[in-house]
Amino acid sequence: MLVGSHGGSHGGSHGRAPARKPPRPLTATQAERVRRAQRAGAYVLLIAGTVVFVLPFLWMITTSLKSDAENLAFPPQWLPDSFHWENFVRGWAGSLDYTTFMLNTVLITALSVLGNLISCVLPAYAFARMRAGAATLMFGALMATMMIPREITLVPKFILFSKLGWVDTYLPLIVPEFFGVALYVFLLRQFFTTIPQELIDAARIDGASELRILWRIMLPLSKPALAAICLFSFVGNWNQYLESVIYIRTTEKFTLPLGLGLFTDQYATQYNQMMAVALIAMMPIVIIFFIAQKTFIRGVTLTGIAGR
Amino acid sequence: MTTLARREARRFHLFASPWLIGFVVFTAGPIAAAIVVSFMDWNLLRSPSWVGLANYERMFADAEFWESIENTVQYGVGYVVLGVTFTFGMALLLNQPLRFQGLFRTVMYMPSVVSGLATALLWLNILHPDYGLINKVLATVGIQGPGWLASQEWAIPALVLMAVWGAGNTIVIYLAGLQGIPKTLYEAAEIDGAGWWRRFWSVTVPMMSPVIFFNVVTGFIGALQGYVLILAMTEGGPGNATMVLGLYIYRHAFVYFDMGYAAALSWAMFAVIIAVTAVQFALARRWVHYEFR
Repeated sequence: MLVGSHGGSHGGSHGRAPARKPPRPLTATQAERVRRAQRAGAYVLLIAGTVVFVLPFLWMITTSLKSDAENLAFPPQWLPDSFHWENFVRGWAGSLDYTTFMLNTVLITALSVLGNLISCVLPAYAFARMRAGAATLMFGALMATMMIPREITLVPKFILFSKLGWVDTYLPLIVPEFFGVALYVFLLRQFFTTIPQELIDAARIDGASELRILWRIMLPLSKPALAAICLFSFVGNWNQYLESVIYIRTTEKFTLPLGLGLFTDQYATQYNQMMAVALIAMMPIVIIFFIAQKTFIRGVTLTGIAGR
Repeated sequence: MTTLARREARRFHLFASPWLIGFVVFTAGPIAAAIVVSFMDWNLLRSPSWVGLANYERMFADAEFWESIENTVQYGVGYVVLGVTFTFGMALLLNQPLRFQGLFRTVMYMPSVVSGLATALLWLNILHPDYGLINKVLATVGIQGPGWLASQEWAIPALVLMAVWGAGNTIVIYLAGLQGIPKTLYEAAEIDGAGWWRRFWSVTVPMMSPVIFFNVVTGFIGALQGYVLILAMTEGGPGNATMVLGLYIYRHAFVYFDMGYAAALSWAMFAVIIAVTAVQFALARRWVHYEFR
């Protein structure tokens, strides 16, 4: 059975005035044989699909361990004869200082995640639990923001930041992160509305301030949503390339993605070192992904359904 | 208005202020500015001059602009057609009661999470005409692979392949949808004698059509923003073969510093999104089935 997760034997044919005769019921052994064949087919397709997804990563690993000669051997070689771990050192600490790039990325990412959290939790709470005349209008504006491509604001923001003298600093990458991300505000707001109002009313009667209610009641009950936002924000900022390439000029200030970008022209054929450095650069994301896969998936599902 | 209500409204504005200020300074303000700048000739060094509709007139007469639109449509349609069907198939398989489903799902989802410059480098390697993985696999079965990113015809298909590989998040969205289909529908269909093919077309597809529609719409919009990795990988080459609209905006804004024209181009991108989404919504009436619960 390929479609529909409901298993079960083929039922009889009770029909209300069937226009066509239903197919003759299979015997139990026939049905079992069909089911087994279908399951085998599903496994074959699944494994084929998985290979497509995983092969590039395996290729990445084997390439990173090849010698320079094996890297450019013709016909190309599948596996290295011996593991050349020195590629990781040569690539990472060669003519370019990837440790600096990584530290820069860590700094920018940490500040951005922090900024996103602060600046999304407060408005989300306001939208979920406070009344004001303009609230509906503002919520509409929030929703509209999510539909406008960021390319529209790219040019004016560049003009603004260059007039402020922020080009070649991290400010254009970090400061906007402290002023709310529409999608995250929306997600958190949806989550906050599911928390029973009675809890908040009780706390208000006890004289708790709004900040205290947020900190003591809303946030502890919203850990799944907060975790999803943290993860998305972390991954997004770690991989962030466009703003970096627009604003950062000095090599010492480069982020990891910018540093990786240098490989595309400088060492176009040094694939072994290129893959080694790329592997190190993606490692934090891979580790976090394996630790928090469920949270990622819940986040994607929330976002997906939110847009429906 | 009572004092209490006024106090609550004040608190609302206070709490909403981080987003509200951000909205004014980084979204609404820039959008208004983008309209104004698109009527200007401005390279940031000299003072801006008002040129009226000149940027838009130039755009309509600009062969490279139309080329970028064509490339964008090819890339977007390729990604949507291949990505939406392939990931739907994978999601159907992942929804079966088979073993190791968690592992399969992890493997398919991971590329979309790590996607960035690191995977762009990986694909530069995979797509290399001589040393790349794909042509190597093709060679083992006796096929001479194309030049991929080095070839005018194959550069866009190559980028589509990379994008489909990174589309695991749509699998997750599909899976959530599949798990939301009531089992009773399948049971009822089975009692009526429907085989799996019939159940697929008469239950799964109609019930999933809103999710498929969602993935088609967001997939196309996402494809428009795929230019960031294209920028890193090909910078629009070879020739102008991978010059998509986003990249064309980038080039005029941050390579030529032609802010007025870049702003006008960004409105063209907005127009493309609106047009494509409107067409999809119009077509949706024919095939998307909404369950009114």
